[in-house]
Amino acid sequence: MELSLAARTVGEHTVLEVGGEVDVYTAPRLRERLLELIDGGARHVVVDLGRVDFLDSTGLGVLVGALKRLRSAGGSFALVCDKEPLLKIFRITALDQVFPLHPTVDAAISADSAGAGA
Amino acid sequence: MATVKLSFSPAPVHVRTARLVGVAVARRAGVREDLLDEVRLAIGEACTRAVALHRQYGLADPVLVEMSDGGSYAVRVVDRAPIEAGIGLTALPPDELANESLTDEALTTGVGFALLAGFVEDLQVRPVDEGIGTEVRMVWPVGR
Repeated sequence: MELSLAARTVGEHTVLEVGGEVDVYTAPRLRERLLELIDGGARHVVVDLGRVDFLDSTGLGVLVGALKRLRSAGGSFALVCDKEPLLKIFRITALDQVFPLHPTVDAAISADSAGAGA
Repeated sequence: MATVKLSFSPAPVHVRTARLVGVAVARRAGVREDLLDEVRLAIGEACTRAVALHRQYGLADPVLVEMSDGGSYAVRVVDRAPIEAGIGLTALPPDELANESLTDEALTTGVGFALLAGFVEDLQVRPVDEGIGTEVRMVWPVGR
């Protein structure tokens, strides 16, 4: 399935809903969109992987890139994912220790807001 | 034993084709349904790695994927990059993954190898028998 990207604003957060396959061919488009959002002033970004049916190392590399960029800009980055096959990918690569992972967008936003306020 | 060979120009767009073919042949060979996601990911990672190496070295040669089902499902992904390029495969520890100084390429390579090693129990990375290049060989059981 083709990559789909849809961004929306929820309070201080920018939620990017990603769908389809994120691989070596489509990952550059995800990177571009994330850079566009960050360059456009987004500081608290939540990427919703709920409709992603394939994610490879290139896609993971793009997500880590966005995390690093936002952290150095004083922002935050979180992922929404509740599919076991994708969660397994995060565990195997140890990236589950790098990304805040949440089962829903609401959970990601409230955890992130609580973290920022602490 | 049945064999399917696929050879493709080293372009990212063809990696998806390789994944689709690899999974179709795996299913036909009798690989368990619950392993197919791992087969798809592993073939994708091996092909992504080969495409990246060919591009890095400016090689137009095709990447070869060979699938065979003699008692188990074996997939070979063969690149033609200088041999030393293939040996720098290491999984990265978690504290290095978010390290500022780590380049995107190094991160993707490290993560790609972690996925291969994590999803394929029977994995070999070795020089090709003839000429220049590396072969990533992955084997999955076929169970009925």
